[in-house]
Amino acid sequence: MEEKVLFELNSAYRDNMRIKGYSFGSGEKSACIVGATRGNEVQQLYICSRLINIFKQLEQQGKIKSDKSIMVVPTINNYSMNIGKRFWSTDNTDINRMFPGYNLGETTQRIAAGVFDNVNSYKYGIQFTSFYMQGDFIPHVRMMKTGFEDIEFAKNFGLPYVFRREARPYDTTTLNYNWQIWDTKAFSVYTNATDSIDVKSAREAINAVLSFLNKRGIIEYKCHEGYISQFIEGKTLVNVKSATAGIFVRYADVDARVKKDEKLAEIMHPYSGEVIDTIKAPVNGIVFFHANQPIIYSQTPLFRIIPTDDLI
Amino acid sequence: MVETIASVGLPIDEKLLIQKNRLIPKNGLKGDKKRISIVTGIHGDELEGQYVCYELQRRIKANYDNLTGIVDVYPAINPLGIDSITRGIPGFDLDMNRIFPGFENGSMPEYVASKIIDDLSGSNAVIDIHASNIFLEEIPQIRINELSRDTLVPYAKLLNVDYIWVHSSATVLESTLAYSLNVIGTPTLVVEMGVGMRITKKYGDQLVDGIFALMKKLGIWNGDVITPKEPIISEDGEVSFINAGKSGVFVPAVEHWKNVKKGDRIGDILNPLTGEINEEIFSPTDGIVFTLREYPIVSEGSLIARILA
Repeated sequence: MEEKVLFELNSAYRDNMRIKGYSFGSGEKSACIVGATRGNEVQQLYICSRLINIFKQLEQQGKIKSDKSIMVVPTINNYSMNIGKRFWSTDNTDINRMFPGYNLGETTQRIAAGVFDNVNSYKYGIQFTSFYMQGDFIPHVRMMKTGFEDIEFAKNFGLPYVFRREARPYDTTTLNYNWQIWDTKAFSVYTNATDSIDVKSAREAINAVLSFLNKRGIIEYKCHEGYISQFIEGKTLVNVKSATAGIFVRYADVDARVKKDEKLAEIMHPYSGEVIDTIKAPVNGIVFFHANQPIIYSQTPLFRIIPTDDLI
Repeated sequence: MVETIASVGLPIDEKLLIQKNRLIPKNGLKGDKKRISIVTGIHGDELEGQYVCYELQRRIKANYDNLTGIVDVYPAINPLGIDSITRGIPGFDLDMNRIFPGFENGSMPEYVASKIIDDLSGSNAVIDIHASNIFLEEIPQIRINELSRDTLVPYAKLLNVDYIWVHSSATVLESTLAYSLNVIGTPTLVVEMGVGMRITKKYGDQLVDGIFALMKKLGIWNGDVITPKEPIISEDGEVSFINAGKSGVFVPAVEHWKNVKKGDRIGDILNPLTGEINEEIFSPTDGIVFTLREYPIVSEGSLIARILA
């Protein structure tokens, strides 16, 4: 294992920020794994730290294949993590909206450029990231439709779903998008948690990465190969929104099979305790995403459901 | 008349309301009336537009007979942000000017954005007033995407600003309010002036004078207006950016909107711990300082100044 400082930022008031990469194996730049880009992505940091520990063991056992190398960057934003902020500590910009970066630009552009210079020449790029809304997902590999995405390779993770959505203008400055543009096959892996550690979900994500690297011939690792991933397009999911605001009492979990008209949640009046809205499943399906905040706005997407025929 | 264009229930006994005030001619809306829309407060820490909204309406009401078209004033597109001194949308930590044109079936911010676009669509001109941020001071200027240059520069010249910056197109900017409106044929100008969390009255008065000049041109105002000042118009290649090479405390040596020569001292980045100068900053070109660092603490890369050659 080689520890390397990929980028260092000097500060007048704090210890320098050091972005570190941990490399294993040698030769071809096969896979790069990036964890927390935001200060609250603790689960993403945890997964990467566990992976570093596992790769260290695999390297010692000679199970990283010859002429293959892997680098893990557990976080590119320890400054924000250390003070409990999601975005950049001074100007609140999002480093994951600054790629490919600019080494003569503003601070977060420089950070992005410093990171991208080190991660952009790998064959595969894997990012653990989080969604801008609070909620839980079925673990899945998420991709943007750019013309460069590779769905079949994404299935090698063995996660239940490979999810593809249309790219929007603001996506063009994410790490994932820029990896793809610069010829790295990029995958974003979503797990159940962000600002807390969900060990079970983390294990699933770690296993998925190891399974992927094994199938792509980068490591030698016997493991449960996971699911035969189902490919879903974002536009085929059925969104269930709240018509009212209040206390959100949820009954359906992610991965639950629900029947049309089944009760998914209730909205309770915050003062009287009366149920002011009952959220029902509009279709038969599987809960792919649910909001998890205790109080909700009206117009909040509460559930996203994968429609199924389910006649049983 | 105050109208609510979007309403979203908040969890505990409150509604998020996006409101506008519509001023119409005394004799009503017979015939084809032109409409100008003044929008501000997308970023909750940018307050310069608040004074403009007030002052524009005060002057109209003082001479109401001269109003011949519709004036819609939207002072707070992100009211929760303004109230809580938050740049983005509180609760989502989202830059509202990266979610347009919105999506009616999307999340709360996307829903609100779609309602705003629906309401502004069809205006003969929209003025979207920004105030830099807390870090930088800007002279009154209009920023125009090069794709909209031909439509917008003639309008911008009427607005009595010092400077018009025609900048290159970037995909990420396609999520802004201005881009989203321009692309559907609603001419929208982005004003940047002053500094975040402050109101610079003289800049506000200057812009209001210009808005009346534009209103007169559009047939919305019949009263006397000023002759707008002749702005400097430039493109990207003529703008030099100066970023901090070191962290520390920036103390400027130049004044905002003053000429500098190549090699002139722009300021120093000081080290308060050691009493030394971490970096001396000099102008890379002859020109005029139209953006200057206001917030003293800087990190490597922090923008110090923009100079128009």
